Amino acid sequence: MAIQKRLNVNGKLVVVKIDDPDMPLLYVLRDNMGLKGPKFGCGLAQCGACTVHVEGKPVRSCVTPLSQVTDRHRVVTLEGLTPTGARRAHPVQRAFVEEQAAQCGYCINGMIMESAALLATNKKPTEAEVKQALAKNLCRCGTHARIVRAVIRASKYTQG
Amino acid sequence: MTKRLIPSRRDVLKRGGALIVGFSFAADAAAQQRPLPPPTIRPGLPVRVPAPPARSLDLADVDAYLAIDISGTCTIYSGKVDLGTGTNTALRQIVAEELDIRFENTQMVTGDTQVTPDQGTTWGSLTIQVGGMQIRNAAATARQALVAEAVKRLAVKADELFIADGLITGGGSRATYGELVGGRAFLLKLDPANPAPTKNPRNHKFIGRSLPREDIPSKVMANFTYIHDFRVPNMLHGRVVRPPAIGARLQSVDETSVSGIPGFIKLVREGDFLGVVAENEWAAIRAGRELKATWSPSQTLPEQDKLWDHVRNTTVAASDTTSGTGDVEKAMATPNARLMKATYDFPINTHGSIGPSCAVAEFRDGKLTSWSASQATHNLRKQLATMFGLPAESVRCIYVEGAGCYGRNGHEDAAADAALLARAAGKPVRVQWSRADEHGWDPKGPPTLIDLRAAMDDRGNVAAWDSEFFLPQQTPSGFLVPLVAATLAGMPAENHIAPGNIFQNSAIPYRFPNVRTVCRRLETTPLRPSWIRTPGRMQNTFANECFADELAAVAKIDPIEFRKKYMDPADRRGHDVLDRLMTLAKWEKRPSPQVSPEGNVLKGRGMAYCKYELVRTYIGAVAEVEVDRVSGQIRVPKFYVVHDCGMIINPDGVKNQIEGNVIQTMSRTLIEEVKFNRSQVTSLDWESYPILTFPDIPDIVIDLISRPAEKPWGAGEPTSAVVPSAISNAVYDAIGVRLRSAPFTPQKVKAAVSDSALQAPDATPSLRRSRT
Ligand code: FES
Ligand code: FES
Repeated sequence: MAIQKRLNVNGKLVVVKIDDPDMPLLYVLRDNMGLKGPKFGCGLAQCGACTVHVEGKPVRSCVTPLSQVTDRHRVVTLEGLTPTGARRAHPVQRAFVEEQAAQCGYCINGMIMESAALLATNKKPTEAEVKQALAKNLCRCGTHARIVRAVIRASKYTQG
Repeated sequence: MTKRLIPSRRDVLKRGGALIVGFSFAADAAAQQRPLPPPTIRPGLPVRVPAPPARSLDLADVDAYLAIDISGTCTIYSGKVDLGTGTNTALRQIVAEELDIRFENTQMVTGDTQVTPDQGTTWGSLTIQVGGMQIRNAAATARQALVAEAVKRLAVKADELFIADGLITGGGSRATYGELVGGRAFLLKLDPANPAPTKNPRNHKFIGRSLPREDIPSKVMANFTYIHDFRVPNMLHGRVVRPPAIGARLQSVDETSVSGIPGFIKLVREGDFLGVVAENEWAAIRAGRELKATWSPSQTLPEQDKLWDHVRNTTVAASDTTSGTGDVEKAMATPNARLMKATYDFPINTHGSIGPSCAVAEFRDGKLTSWSASQATHNLRKQLATMFGLPAESVRCIYVEGAGCYGRNGHEDAAADAALLARAAGKPVRVQWSRADEHGWDPKGPPTLIDLRAAMDDRGNVAAWDSEFFLPQQTPSGFLVPLVAATLAGMPAENHIAPGNIFQNSAIPYRFPNVRTVCRRLETTPLRPSWIRTPGRMQNTFANECFADELAAVAKIDPIEFRKKYMDPADRRGHDVLDRLMTLAKWEKRPSPQVSPEGNVLKGRGMAYCKYELVRTYIGAVAEVEVDRVSGQIRVPKFYVVHDCGMIINPDGVKNQIEGNVIQTMSRTLIEEVKFNRSQVTSLDWESYPILTFPDIPDIVIDLISRPAEKPWGAGEPTSAVVPSAISNAVYDAIGVRLRSAPFTPQKVKAAVSDSALQAPDATPSLRRSRT
């Protein structure tokens, strides 16, 4: 029996129909809503490709059952990181483009979401702190060096 | 209208000089009406690509590669696809350069069997070197023809024309490329033996510049469509249920175990192939997980800790001598010759793309359309046609970019899975593998075992080099890695063993008086093999460059000096690479190992050199390491690379590839190893098959040697070749023990340290495996 689920995603209230109240959040975002930011990588909380923000915290949406998310939780995906109507992209997104910090880019959703969350709490991280914050985000292409540079660059923008 | 950016008159003259006789644009009605090229799969639009009208796919035709529409936009049709390496951007730079057109006025269509020429698999670092040069020739030929047409239309001599940004001006008149050829075919042949002249590198506007990649903004802003995001109308979701053991037979399956799952549609059973189809992805995942099936037991794999004995005992199908000079045996038998020998091994690796394999397929009116991230859509078409008993024309394979692809991974298999499920469901089906499907069932980089022997005379000169590489055979008929679904379902297939050209770089770039390098091509290998980045070249160079280092150490010569001593003095580019490497890494000339090591954490530096396949890209590398003798931990804080791939199209793109090669291969060298039991792969997730993470990433320092007047060579793989040996040699420099068995885990380092403590000081320290 399909049930209706209310969520708050990227600043909008949405109602989705689901069959399984414990379906992970990732599938609502990708399949019900057609979002492309969060990615399936492992489904095991091991790679970070599916990272979204819930109440500003980076969360692995592949293992977050919908039963734990309500419309009182603000869910933000890569699509919603730059607020609608903003003149410029979010500093982390800008910095990733400027540093050309992607190869295939499949991991980049997680890298950006994780580092945006880092910069929200640590405005001027050291390189070591960036590496530590991203230690559980996997990249197979070996784009790490550029990703670190991009996060450091973004931290300069956000200092204003 | 003439702008400063236009090429010099002399350049126009020179290039416009050799016009093709008999050229004419096609002006027939059919060609006139040819609609614009099919849309690229644009970010944000899950479009179904309409079948375009037939276009030439003949590699000898300009039209196979290029089409200019009436707006002057040039669509580039490339059989080589962008695997996340930025080659689409580089190919557009090449065309913009040779055609004199704005970069923005170029666009790519890639890897679609119906509209792109078969330029071969996207592998071997050949996209620019081969594919790009075919396209470059097409662009230069097209430009020549456009000039000729302008001469006629404007009634102006070729040497009075100015050409820039797709606009030809002269004698007070002007014509755009769109006006000259827009929407029509060129009907021109390429002449590879006598290619149209290309631009003088001094006038390059696009080649050699770090143009930002076309795809990165949309990837960063979440509107890029990966195959994982690709959808077609009425699409269902499928999952595969693989056997719990390789070779297990499906005995029974209980559909009632999943029939209650909301959204479940269908069970698909075809021989030992098992899959489920559902309305939505989550229902398919649940059904795949919860399906109850019984399988026969099967044990086809060797025991992992006897892997190397197994390799050594596998029947040799053929022995290929890849180089030979002099008489190795005689040199070895010389009295006073100092004999050395060592065995190296490199384990089985998985591709480990961060996004698992994924594909969408649709059968309609007896025709199959397959969307996947295959690096070889033309080969995939052949395989799917064979599997389903269709003529090749009834199968269309379309490339949609996936997560990074470093060789033949599971994409083609997912394409076959999707096709089989789509046929059964009668609707389009999307299949995405689970992480365990990916780690368990993608084809593997095969295990590699290498024996080396050498003889040195009493003055420390190398007299003989003899090596034997134990590598799975490559069956001669082609590079078609069997499709899992076809094998399981017992459907028609050509069954190849296809590890790729892994014999490459078994021969060495050093001129010793007596050399013999032989590849023993084994009949079988434990897991289905394929090529993973730098296949064979990396493993073979690991052995060669470490063993060369062993010889240098015994001869007490600086490792770079040792190599230069034996390299062909006429190979200036090779010597340049090593000279610049010494500068870049502030190399201190001395033999390895460092003297009197003290303390537990020791620093060392090691180098390695490779001329890719002995005919192209040159790479020299230095690794700086810190080795903890007690814990066995190796850290690589710094890694230097000098790289000469000739003409560089996009320097930042090349650097991105070099960085990726270093990090990925460091990971393969230090920690990666596929684990298995007698039945199946057991390293089925990222915990059991870890890869390198941020805290362990080295600082990478790169010196790109740019040679704009030379041919462009590949950059996607060559650097990987030197990574394991540079690290192993650095460890030797630090602590005086050789690591000859990858991965260099702490356990192996500790075992090596205690081994070497037991050895006589004069002996060559020897370590292959840490097994007790
Ligand atoms: S997909 Fe969620 S952590 Fe890998
Ligand atoms: S860029 Fe490909 S996985 Fe990170």
